Amino acid sequence: MSNYLPSTRDERLDMLHAIGLQSPEDLYAMVPDAVRIHGLNLPEGMSELEVSQRVTALSEKNTVFRSVFRGAGAYRHFIPAIVKTITSKEEFLTAYTPYQAEISQGVLQSIFEYQTQICELTGMDVSNASVYDGATAAAEAVLMNVDGRRKKKVIVSSAAHPDVIAVIRTYCESRGAECVLLPDDAHATDLNALKAALDAQTASVYVQSPNFYGILEDVETIVSLAHEAGAKVALGVNPISLGLLKTPGEYGVDIACGEGQPLGLPMGFGGPYLGFMAASKEMMRKLPGRIVGQTTDAQGRRCFVLTLQAREQHIRREKASSNICSNEALCAMTASVYLAAMGPGGLRKAAMNSASHAHYLAQKLSEIAGFSLVEEKPFFHEFLMHCPIAPEKLNARLAEHGILGGLPVDGAILWCATEMNSKAEIDNLCALTAQIVGEEAGK
Amino acid sequence: MKLLFERSRTGRAMNLLPDCDVPEVSFDESLLRSSAPRLPELSEVDLDRHYTALSKETYGVNSGFYPLGSCTMKYNPRVNEAMASLPGFTELHPLQDPATTQGALELLHTAGKYICEITGMDDMTFQPAAGAHGEYTGLLLIRRYHQLRGDLEKRTKILVPDSAHGTNPASAVMAGFTVVSVPSNAEGGVDLDALRAAAGEDTAGLMLTNPNTLGLFDPNILEITKIVHEAGGLCYYDGANLNAVMGHARPGDMGFDCVHVNLHKTFSTPHGGGGPGSGPVGCKAFLSDYLPSPQVREDNGVYSLYDPSESVGKVRSFQGNFLVVVRAMTYLFSLGGEGLTEASSTAVLNANYMMHRLSKSYEIAYPGICMHEFVMDLKKLKDETGISAMDVAKRLLDFGIHPPTMYFPLIVHEALMLEPTETESRETLDDACDLFLEIAKEARENPEILHSAPNTRTVGRPDEVSAARNPILRYPFE
Amino acid sequence: MSMIPENLRYTKTHEWVKEEDGLSVVGLTDFAQSELGDIVFVNLPEVGDEVVAGESFADVESVKAVAEVISPVSGVVAEINEELMDKPEMINEAPYDAWFIRISDVTDTENLLDAAEYSDFCEEE
Repeated sequence: MSNYLPSTRDERLDMLHAIGLQSPEDLYAMVPDAVRIHGLNLPEGMSELEVSQRVTALSEKNTVFRSVFRGAGAYRHFIPAIVKTITSKEEFLTAYTPYQAEISQGVLQSIFEYQTQICELTGMDVSNASVYDGATAAAEAVLMNVDGRRKKKVIVSSAAHPDVIAVIRTYCESRGAECVLLPDDAHATDLNALKAALDAQTASVYVQSPNFYGILEDVETIVSLAHEAGAKVALGVNPISLGLLKTPGEYGVDIACGEGQPLGLPMGFGGPYLGFMAASKEMMRKLPGRIVGQTTDAQGRRCFVLTLQAREQHIRREKASSNICSNEALCAMTASVYLAAMGPGGLRKAAMNSASHAHYLAQKLSEIAGFSLVEEKPFFHEFLMHCPIAPEKLNARLAEHGILGGLPVDGAILWCATEMNSKAEIDNLCALTAQIVGEEAGK
Repeated sequence: MKLLFERSRTGRAMNLLPDCDVPEVSFDESLLRSSAPRLPELSEVDLDRHYTALSKETYGVNSGFYPLGSCTMKYNPRVNEAMASLPGFTELHPLQDPATTQGALELLHTAGKYICEITGMDDMTFQPAAGAHGEYTGLLLIRRYHQLRGDLEKRTKILVPDSAHGTNPASAVMAGFTVVSVPSNAEGGVDLDALRAAAGEDTAGLMLTNPNTLGLFDPNILEITKIVHEAGGLCYYDGANLNAVMGHARPGDMGFDCVHVNLHKTFSTPHGGGGPGSGPVGCKAFLSDYLPSPQVREDNGVYSLYDPSESVGKVRSFQGNFLVVVRAMTYLFSLGGEGLTEASSTAVLNANYMMHRLSKSYEIAYPGICMHEFVMDLKKLKDETGISAMDVAKRLLDFGIHPPTMYFPLIVHEALMLEPTETESRETLDDACDLFLEIAKEARENPEILHSAPNTRTVGRPDEVSAARNPILRYPFE
Repeated sequence: MSMIPENLRYTKTHEWVKEEDGLSVVGLTDFAQSELGDIVFVNLPEVGDEVVAGESFADVESVKAVAEVISPVSGVVAEINEELMDKPEMINEAPYDAWFIRISDVTDTENLLDAAEYSDFCEEE
């Protein structure tokens, strides 16, 4: 049994006597007998060697795919070696929230740097220090402008990620905000339906671009429609795409948010991930969660501190707009190290290579009979295709070759490529796919 | 310290990605950003040294003693990190076929069984990403319960003791309830008469931390949950202070219907400077059908995902902070039932030992036997010497100890709240006590040094007023 | 000892109110600002909002606290002092010049204290 207790049993007995108690039982004298238990019905503890073997065995029951062509909210990108090295430093890993500024300047400065990078990436004025994931970021974003009196309606594009929609719905329902889901028009936001749904009660509109199907939405029109109606726009974005594509700031949106996982975090079976949120200056005080600001000490030295705290739950309690306390600080630092390592050129390359690989993949797959793009619309690095056989069947056969195929979506298949999928890998996938489709069709 | 952007030099870069090996796609000009983001341009050595410098200005529990009350800053074992880095976990796509993720699902299922046994619950979800997120999720279960009974219209109030964490009332409001604050009694527990008066037809539930934020186990706990149940409400257990009672008492036996626990407190996963955490929620069987989807189940050794029939929906994408659960499971395997029980009693012993020693110079807010933490009230010291809880905390920084929690709970005005945890040796506790006693002496003999503290850090107390009045929240690139 | 001008009326929640051009002008007293410390931000209502005597219509933030500002009278917000949003320190520097809102259609004025009564009340606090 490992329990990480440095004190020996004798030392503990000695301490117990020092405070005037006789037995460890005395420590729990306040606990009524009716709820007192003496131990747990759990297995014995283990040595580190046994634990390592046990947990490693569990990890080995999972299939790790050599080649991944699936995205849909979690993406396999290249993670430079230095990212993990830096974020594993024990000071960063094992620090608490930096409420004590004088002993936390390192982590505070890193959050300030992260906020700056997110602003640069999104073209927005202010960023918070992170929230849980892209889905909760979207939910917090749409609720920022709900006031419970005049504005209590939220409009959500059904072409957004299904988990994002689900989380927005959960948050809206409990908050008493009406959540209107727009029908989709050929796998993109239905602009006519949006126009019809917008009214004076509409607090915010949530749209994702690239959307769940990889398609780039007509953000410009969406923003002008929403603003005309007096509603704010929250735009969900893929951060890698912003190495190349027009920023939320350039589109004039009010809040940019998204899933930061592609910025140096492993897929990790879903988490921990990183919800990023950035807003226009006007919305600054409505941003939920922690924010770091720059200031000086008594001697005029630059330093950093958690600021605008009166927005938050530990001060505003039931009047706070969000309950968030712990966020994803180390994941934000991971994203910050990743962006610093990549630099503007590297990020552009990751975006360009991902998009180019995806477009190459789409073209090569289209050459196989029965495969064609479901929509002829601009896309970033994901696209939906008709598939001549059941996508599940195709994926099962691809898995035999260590390939994770696209995600089956309503009988079609949602493919994704990143800079990780080389031309050779794509060519191999397409050759195998052609062969599998041929064999299955012949059955 | 220079910022990343101040270290940047045009043209510097790391060679990380190959040139594109397929024709480059060209997007319509209208879809492209007009200028590149001003990310720093750095070599690898610049980057490495930058963060080494930042790490030296950061203090973690693995660097030293961290008696931060209510935060359970216990040592974060290395093997947890090693296990969470296994490619069999890190390289899993969350939307893989469950047939290819049996080990991950088994791990979630097993962690659920362990934590159910520890808390006395029947089912568990790992979707909530932090403690506050867990509170919200637990309250959604309560909301769903009343909704399906056609009772939600009238049951709109959540009872919260005045000593509660700020997240409790904030979570209640997010879950669509209004908050009724219940005062504490002279002993620091829930005032039963006030609770009886507050509980009624409009009560949806109660949120309670036990032991509470004063480090006291409420001896009336069964009466408290009974009052709420008799009024038709449900009881929610905030597991922030579970580290005191593992193997000694279970929220399920105290009458609670649902709980959240903080894996980043009780189960030794690192805080990461403020996250990621994980706030799994457990419930009694009658609430299981309302849990967020998907849930993991096991049939004859095969694990699968399913959506509970009356689920509250999703509170986060996918399965939550999975790699944090891997760390916690590693810890649970390491300690086992007996180790967890001993960890709790040692945490309680360490707190009582420190409280006993410090009571010689500091006033203890609620004397007697405490649980895993205790609160000192410095009001008398402040009246006598002008030295506040803040001054004492800042002076500790000069000696390289992380200060205790200050000014919380709100019901003690000059509060310092200490939680040493079980992973500290007697020498560490003794050294820290000697220091606290020395500072109490300084307060009387040399108060000036406390007012100006910290005196040895690279920066002094930051000007928080100007930070909030004129917010500078990003580098200006001037 | 805090400043309590004779010509104003007061509440037990430390707001001042004065009549000006048929409107009620409302702010925080010197006692309130000194208890709160450095004020860093003010949340104000919108013009046209209804305010109710005894209920909160705004809040002020210091670094580590937030306090509600309670309306001394009932009525409708006719004007807000937007300058406070940029310069909240005005409340600390000149509390009786740093008005928050002007209220029209005023009712419920009967529970206000005069300067002497408010002064006595502050001494008890």
